[in-house]
This record gives sequence, structure tokens and C-alpha cells, in this order.
Amino acid sequence: MIEALLLLTQILTITLRAGTSLIYAAVGEIYTERSGILNLGLEGMMLTGAVTAFATAFYTGSPWLGVLVAMGIGMIMAAIHAFLTVTMRANQVVSGLSITLFGTGLASFLGERLGPASNNGNLVGMVGPRFGPLEIPVLSQVPLVGALFKQDILTYLLYALVPLAVYYLYKTRNGLNLRAVGEDPQTADAMGIDVTRTRYLYTILGGMLAGFGGAHLSLAYAPGWTENITGGRGWIAIALVIFAMWDPARAVLGAILFGGINAVQFRLQASGTTIPAAYLNMLPYLMTILVLVIMTWWENLSHRIGAPAALGKAYMREEK
Amino acid sequence: MRIVFEKRESVSRRATVLVPVVSFVVSLIFGAILLAVSGANPFVTYAAMVKGAVGSWYGITETLVKAIPLMLTGLAVSIAFRMRFWNIGAEGQLTLGGVAAAGVALYWSQGLPGWTVLPLAILAGIVAGALWAGIPAVLKAYLKVDETLTTLMLNYVAILYSEHLYYIAWRAPGYNSGTAKFPETAWLPQIAGRANVGLIFAIILAILLWLVFKYTRWGFELKIIGENQTAARYLGINIARNIVLALLLSGALSGLAGACEVLGLSRRLQQGLSVGYGYTAIIVAWMAQLNPIVILFVAILMAALLVGGDQIQMKMRLPASVGLVLQGMILIPMLAGTIFTEYRIRIVRPEKHAQPEVTS
Amino acid sequence: MNAESSPTPILEMRGITKHFPGVMANDHADLELYPGEVLALLGENGAGKSTLMNVLVGLYRPDEGEIYVRGQRVEIHSPRDAATLGIGMVHQNFMLVPTMTVAENIILGMTDLPFAPRMDEVARRIREISQRYNLEVDPNAYIWQLSVGEQQRVEILKLLYRGAEILILDEPTAVLTPQESHELGRIIKRMTDEGKSAIFITHKMEEVMEFSQWVRVMQAGKVVAVKKTAETNPQELARLMVGREVLFRLEKDACTPGDVILELRDVSADNDKGLPALRGVSFSIHGGEILGIAGVAGNGQRELAEVVTGLRKVTQGKILINGQERTNKSPLEIIQSGVSHIPADRIGMGVVGDMAVADNIAMKGYRQPPLTEHGILHPRRILELARRMIETFRIATPSPQTHIKFLSGGNIQKAILAREIDACAGLLVAVYPSRGLDVGATEAVRRRLLEQRDAGRAVLLISEDLEELLTIADRIAVLFEGRVMGILPADTADIETLGLMMAGAHESKE
Repeated sequence: MIEALLLLTQILTITLRAGTSLIYAAVGEIYTERSGILNLGLEGMMLTGAVTAFATAFYTGSPWLGVLVAMGIGMIMAAIHAFLTVTMRANQVVSGLSITLFGTGLASFLGERLGPASNNGNLVGMVGPRFGPLEIPVLSQVPLVGALFKQDILTYLLYALVPLAVYYLYKTRNGLNLRAVGEDPQTADAMGIDVTRTRYLYTILGGMLAGFGGAHLSLAYAPGWTENITGGRGWIAIALVIFAMWDPARAVLGAILFGGINAVQFRLQASGTTIPAAYLNMLPYLMTILVLVIMTWWENLSHRIGAPAALGKAYMREEK
Repeated sequence: MRIVFEKRESVSRRATVLVPVVSFVVSLIFGAILLAVSGANPFVTYAAMVKGAVGSWYGITETLVKAIPLMLTGLAVSIAFRMRFWNIGAEGQLTLGGVAAAGVALYWSQGLPGWTVLPLAILAGIVAGALWAGIPAVLKAYLKVDETLTTLMLNYVAILYSEHLYYIAWRAPGYNSGTAKFPETAWLPQIAGRANVGLIFAIILAILLWLVFKYTRWGFELKIIGENQTAARYLGINIARNIVLALLLSGALSGLAGACEVLGLSRRLQQGLSVGYGYTAIIVAWMAQLNPIVILFVAILMAALLVGGDQIQMKMRLPASVGLVLQGMILIPMLAGTIFTEYRIRIVRPEKHAQPEVTS
Repeated sequence: MNAESSPTPILEMRGITKHFPGVMANDHADLELYPGEVLALLGENGAGKSTLMNVLVGLYRPDEGEIYVRGQRVEIHSPRDAATLGIGMVHQNFMLVPTMTVAENIILGMTDLPFAPRMDEVARRIREISQRYNLEVDPNAYIWQLSVGEQQRVEILKLLYRGAEILILDEPTAVLTPQESHELGRIIKRMTDEGKSAIFITHKMEEVMEFSQWVRVMQAGKVVAVKKTAETNPQELARLMVGREVLFRLEKDACTPGDVILELRDVSADNDKGLPALRGVSFSIHGGEILGIAGVAGNGQRELAEVVTGLRKVTQGKILINGQERTNKSPLEIIQSGVSHIPADRIGMGVVGDMAVADNIAMKGYRQPPLTEHGILHPRRILELARRMIETFRIATPSPQTHIKFLSGGNIQKAILAREIDACAGLLVAVYPSRGLDVGATEAVRRRLLEQRDAGRAVLLISEDLEELLTIADRIAVLFEGRVMGILPADTADIETLGLMMAGAHESKE
């Protein structure tokens, strides 16, 4: 009994750790999509964020500086996406894809270039500073709930970020204006809300959080740099947004679900199961598809459309 | 002073041609800056890339080797993109095509007349790619499930499966990874250096697709669906069926690309089947503005960037991913420029007597 | 010119010029508005009334011209600037976010509110204002739950909540029953009694006479006349507005009904939200007859057109075309049974904007010879067909290869008419076919519909313009909340009776 509880607590701990980067990226994407911009560049931003965060921490010794740089990189890439889709009215899907393709190439280039000369410029295999788990005395010893208090500082930050994100979106004037821009930009415009500015702002915010999520991967979850460290987490975060029906609190639930799959995968592998590793590794991706199918089916059935009505559509006032 | 976009009265043809060319140049400039910042001489690097890609017969044939899968997958995604179905699963469809072709070559070739093995292996690749693309197509057509995510997720599944096969299930005894070499009856002939017959397939298919899009009822319907689904439904076009059909075709082409890779190049299933062609295909298709004939040429250009990247890695010890960075960067100015095909820029100067806000 | 009533105008616009590519939307237009008065802005569709008002609220920037509010020169760059100056507009298509509540919509974009506004406080103030002006509405209701009339009240409340002094109403009666329009008149009266001013955009002479003190008539972007309402009459206004003496009159022969072409038996259907939109609708249309459908927008017209054309499933009842059951058939099967459809959303549904005019014209006929043989298209024959249609229907286009989105609304509608009429073999469903078109195009559209009727086809005409229905329909059915309230012969129907039925009254038994 006690052993089972311990095991469960352990799984929960890993779940939360695995879910952290997803929550950052998904909450950011929710804000971006609420403004009507679809950002499929998340994966590229997380990758580039991860490599720059690690490189910065590696050379300066400060993981916090690494997080800052990753956020900055995410913001720059998101600003490019905003420029393409808002100002130049490019197709949002293609723009996001190209940001991801660019980010993937850039991250891999930087990973092979930013490392020390002794390692041929390669960052792979280097060990740098990291955010270790900070166990909070007493609380971390409580079964199950203790899982919440054996995390790294970036995960703890989420405990404040998520309630704040919910409050801002639903209770404040800015949140109201943001939702209006994503639902009906023409009305928002007529009511004096600057649609362009709003879209830039929240797209860049989303990019910042994606960079943050990337930094968590290379500085806390799997410290170090490996090619494709995200393993599609940027894409899973986008799926989470659909699962969460564009609600930050529900995104946490989704991230825990996916983090849980990761944790179970670890446990099974550690226990020496006969199921081939490849099949276990497929689980998060198959799960994503399953979740999408169920959510979409349910939305169709209940006539509920969770997506902001203007998502993916460029807005222009003087079109005549 | 402010900048205003003004709608043109018709689509500018000049901009349509100019924009991709300018985009390529812009991405070269940005790439040069990136190289310079990271401590490499951009001119020397570019020169080495060009020389490596097209400076020798070997370079040219290697460029063609990489161009074949890019042509086929580029054509594949262009079919889907034409209907605004964002198939970013060409990578997985290619991988599974390769797996199926390898399966036939390895395990079904005994007991069959020799001449049937190669066509059967190719067919298996085509069918596997088509079915793999069919899954997200059916989900989208009948349940409206977002296709960008499903196609992408299926890439990971397909790649993991292929890894499982060549690392474990189909691994040849005595090797760390990779299957046994295929029997010669399953080899797709090479025609120039290592470039195989797939090149001819790609050219024929590009011409066929061009004809289909321009001169057939089906091509006409696909175009309508892509441009305006509401109108398509109103005009009585069966959208769901057309999505599935187009995606089967799209997947089939990617599957063919995978089959050509394993049957004509590696001739065994091993690591290196999935190297990102399916993603580069997106760049190829979009830069060619979905024109099948143009896709052939853009594919060669992208292949040259990859081969050039490999060359500078060998000769200058610079990361091969320079090629990837350049590729990734091309679409960005391209997307920014597309607006000029429909809008022109006008700079408005404020009237001299204008006063700011409320004057009192 | 209005010196005796009040010394300074509250609003003055001088020499406003605004051009869009190819169109001079406003050409040195002037406007004056005095406190406590209602100014009617009268003009045909496309005369430039809405553009002028969009300039005033900062949605468009004028190329030239000056605006003075309370005697002071102002620059209005955005709706927010306009709101600061006390100017607010009720747009023709309401500016409301459907998924938000009334209260949320009312405070949307306001800056002088706390960072996290208390919604109960907002609701309380809304109730206060709505009682004062008799504008009943529940602040906590979602917009999508409200009727069109209620939504208009929310729009007016929104302006009052922000303390607007100058209210612009863009064709506010288009979505109302005649009775609701009178009620709106009383609300406007109450507001002007309190010293507020209003600009009332319309193309209906009677409304000018009923609501306004002054009227400005616009034509082709210019203000062509300024009149005191008391000193003019509808005939004079009509002449000024159209720029010619007589409004067109359509010659209509007596109706000679043939066989029943379309029959609906007790048809019910849901809307997109899954709520009932049609409830047991029954009627039939004969060949050689136009059946008009009247009703306030949102009472099931859209769903009615969609169930007939196969775009929406019926939940109950039967649809018969030429005597054959065609319930819940696919759009293609309906097309193949001879039904043509001029949709309400001509840009979004009726055409493919990024394809050539010729292709758009061929989009119904492309399935059969001569345009296609064995799945192969004949581009030359498509072009020939298009050339013929462009000539017959007088579609103004640079070439048949021009993308259709570059054409004007009237010419796009003519292209749709050309395609649909060419393909029509029995029933023509026309939804708001003349909405937003100028006089010439409207006349052309109506003539074509009458031609089809005289050729023995059945026409289902859904319109929000009672004049249009009375002019060309043979019988008029009134739709209210998804039910047919009654069917009247057009030559005995009058606007008053139709208005009552549109508001839910049943046809009095004859």
C-alpha cells in the first residue's frame, strides 16, 4: 500500500516535470490564438530557445540568463511570425511552418557551432548548469501531494503563472479586448481596440513562453543539448490548446495527461517490459491524435466551437 | 508619413515571378550574416557550396540524388496544399513507403518470378504511403479533425516504427542496425551516378499533374475546393470524397519517394531514410507556388543547398545544417512578399495644414 | 444655412474626399449637424453615405477634408478618437461579438474603466440607462441569444453608455418590422429631446419624412441637395436621389401558374447552433410564379434556402421537387433536379474570388458536355460560354480571365445570375438578390427574375425589402420564428399587414 503510494507520487513528480514545458508553450499559444493568430512555429521556437538557453548557461554559468535569452529568441521569432501574418497578411499555417523549419535548421546549426572548440564546436554532450529540483521541506514528504513540491523553480513559477493567465483572460479589460479581437476583429476595431497591436503583442508573448518552455527542456527536464530535444512537444502543445478549448486552466489538465504518458513510459521501460521501446515512444503521438479526434467529435456533436471565430484569418480595415 | 497597402486591380504577374527570386537572394544575404557572425567567411562558404553541389559530375549527380525525393514529396504536398489541406506528413508517408518496399524486397521476393519483385515493391511503397495519408484525410473529411497535427503526429509514429524495424525486428544478423541487402531483383536501376530511375518517374508525374490540374474536371474541382470550400459545397462538389482522393494521391507520391530511396539508393532499410525531405517538400511546393513543373526546378535548388552543406562540412568543417538554415529562411521573405502580387504599397504624407488631435 | 435655429453646429464636415481604387466614394462632401436635431442622409446604395460616416468615426481616413466638432478642428484617427469626441455609430452589420454577453459588448474597448471591471456594477448602469430610454434588454444575455431587434437596442445602449452626443444610425430600419421602426423613432425622439443629435442614413423617403428635421441627399459621392424636411416631399427627394424624374416601374404580366414545381410539407430544421430554425413549414410554388418570403432577418430565411438546396438537413417533413421526393438529398442531386440558387452571401458562397470570371460562370455547367468530355475540360468552350454570358448579362469586366473578386458587387451578382439562370431547369432560389446593389443592377436583377417566371420557372424569392416583394412577387409568405404566418397574394397585400405578420401576428382568416 505504502509502496504503491510512493510509486504513484514518483510518477506524479515526473508527470509534472514532463508537463512543465508543455504548459508554458500551450498557455502562450492559447493567448496567441485568442488574438486570432495561429502560431505553428512553436516547435521551432522551443528548439531554438532550448539550444540558446543551454549555450548561454554553459558559457555564463547562469541558467537564469539562459532562460532570458531563450525568451528573447522566442519573442524575435514570434515577432517575425506576427509581421508576416498581421502586417503582410501571409497565410498563417505556412508562416508558422516556415518558422518551425527555420528554427529547426537554426537550432541544429547553433548546436554544432556554439560548442567549445575542444568539442569541434559541438554542444552535444556538454554539461552545464541546470535548475535542479528544490524539495520543499515537510510538504514534499506528503504522499501524492508531495509531487507538487519536488519540482524545479521553473515549475514552481507555473503555480503563479496559470492562475494569473486565467484571471487576466476572463476578468480584466485587456483580457476582454483580447478575446474580442480573436472572435470578431471588425467589431473590436470599431470599438477602438487596436487589432494589429493586440495581435503583435500576444503573438510575441506566446513566442516568449515557447522560448521559456524550450529553456526548461535544456536546463531542467533533460539538461544539455541533443538534436530534436523537443521531440514534437511544440506540436503537442498546439494539440493541447484544442484539447483545452482555449482555456489556460484546462491546458494544465492536458499537460498532466501527456506528462503522465511520459512518466508511465519511463516506469515501464525501467521495469524491463517486453513491449518494444518504439511502441512505448509512439504513445504520446497516438494519444494526441486520439485526443484530437475525441475533442473534435464532441464539439461537432454539441455544436460547441471552442476556437476563436477569427482564428487564422487576416484582418484588414480598408478592404473595399 | 504612413504606409498603406492598396489593392491592385488585377494580380501582378511580374510580382509573382519576382517574389520567389528576391526571396532566395534575401535568404542568402541573411545566411551570409549568420555565417559571418558565427565566424565563417560567407563568400568562401557559398563558393564552396556551389562548387560542391554543381562543380563536378559527382556533385551534380549527388544533387540529383537528393532532388528525386524532394521532387516527389514536393509534388505530393502540392496536391494537398492546393486544397488547403496542410499535409505536413510527407515525411512519415515517405518513411512508410520505404518500409513497405523494403518488406516486399526482403520477405516476399522468394518464390516470385524475378521481374515482378521490383514493381511489387514499388507498388507496396505507393500503397503504404497512400494509406498513411488516408488516415488524416478520413479524419479531416468526415470528422473535421485538424490535419496539421494529425499528419505531423503520424510522422513520429512512422519513423519510430521504421527504427524499430531496422534496429530490432528486421536487423540483419551481425549488424548493429540495418536490414540485409535486398536481392538484386528488387534494385531500382541507377541512371546517372547514384541517381536512379525515380528521376524519370518524377518528371513524368509532374507533367501528368500539370495536365490534370489544368485540363481535367477533377483538377477544376480541387481548385474550387482549395479556394473556397463554402462555394464548393454550394456548387455540389463532394468535398469529403475529394479530400480523401487527393490525399491518397499525395501519400502515394510520398510513398513512391520512399520506395525509390530504399530500392534505388540504400538498397536496404537503414538509418538515413528519414532525413527531413518531407519537410523540405513544404518549402519546395510553396516556393514553386504549387506549379508541378516549377517544383522540379526548386527541388533541384534545394537539393543543391543540401549537397553544398554536406560538402562544406567535409571540406571546411562547418555544420552541414547551413543548408537547412538557408532552406528554412527562404520562405520567410517569400511569405512577406506574396502580398505584393495583390497589393501595391503607397506612402501617404500628411497634409501640411493638418493638426494633431483636438486643437483648442 | 441653418443659422436661425442654433448658432453653432455641433458637427461640421467640410470637403471630405475619399477614394478607393477605381471609385470616388466621397467627393468634397459637406455636412452640418445641430444639437437636438436629426439629420437624414439620403442616397442610393453606393452613393457614399456609409463611407462618409466611416470617415467620421475614424474607420476610414479621408484623402482630403476637415472635420469640426463643437466648432473646433479635429483629427479623428480611430473609433476611439471619435468616442472621445462623443461620436458613436450603429453600423448596418452590427458590431457585436456573438459569443460575449451584452454587458461585455457594451464595455468593449472602453478605457475609462478599472483594470478588472466589476461586471455587476456595469450591469446595474446598463439597466439604469435602458429604463430611461425604454430599451429593454438583459445585460447578462449572450448576443447570439438575442433577436435582431434586441441586438440593435444593445448597439444603441452601447453608445449611450459611453455618453455619445452624436449618434449615427446606418440604415437602422432595414432589419426591423414596420412597427419596430416606429418604436425606434420614439427612442430617437427621446434622445434628441435630451439634446443629443443623430444622423440617420437611409434610402427610404418615408423614413426621412418621419424621423428627420433636415435632409442631405447624396449621389455618386457628392452631396447634391440640402433640404429642410418640412419643406420637401417624397417625390422631390426621390428625384434628387436617383437623379432622374421617374423611378423605374417593372411591367408585370398576370401570373399564369403551371404545375407545382416545389412543395414543402411540414418541414423543420435546426440552425448551426442545433436550435430549431424552421418549424413545420409548408408551401408550394408553381411554374410561372414567384413566391416571395418576407420576414425580419434571422427568422429562418437562411435555413429555408439551405434545406431547399440540399445544404442543410431537415429534421422532419418532406421536400418535393417536380413531384419527386428530394428530402435530404445532396446539393449535387438537388442541382441535378433542376434547382438553381442565388445565395445570400455572394462573395463567400456564390463565387470563387481567386478564379477567373469565365471559370466562375462555368462552375455549374462544367460537369457535362460541351464543357467537359470524358473528364477533360475544354477551356475554349468555357471561354466562349463566358463571352456569351458577359454580353447577354452586360457584365462589366476587363476580360473573362480577370479574377472575379476584382469586379464590383453588381457585376459579381450578374455573373452569378448568368450561371444560375443558364443552369436553371425548374426552380430558382434567390436570396436577397438585390441587397447592396445600385439602382441599375437592382433593376437588372429584378427583370431577370421576372423573365424566369415568364419562362415558366418557379422562383422562390427571399427578400428583406417589402417593396421588392410587392413589386415582383405573385404571392408573399411571411416567416416568423421559423413558421409561415400566412401567404398573401401580392396584389392585395399591404405593408401594414405584412409588418404585423412579420412581428408574429397570424393572417386574419378571410
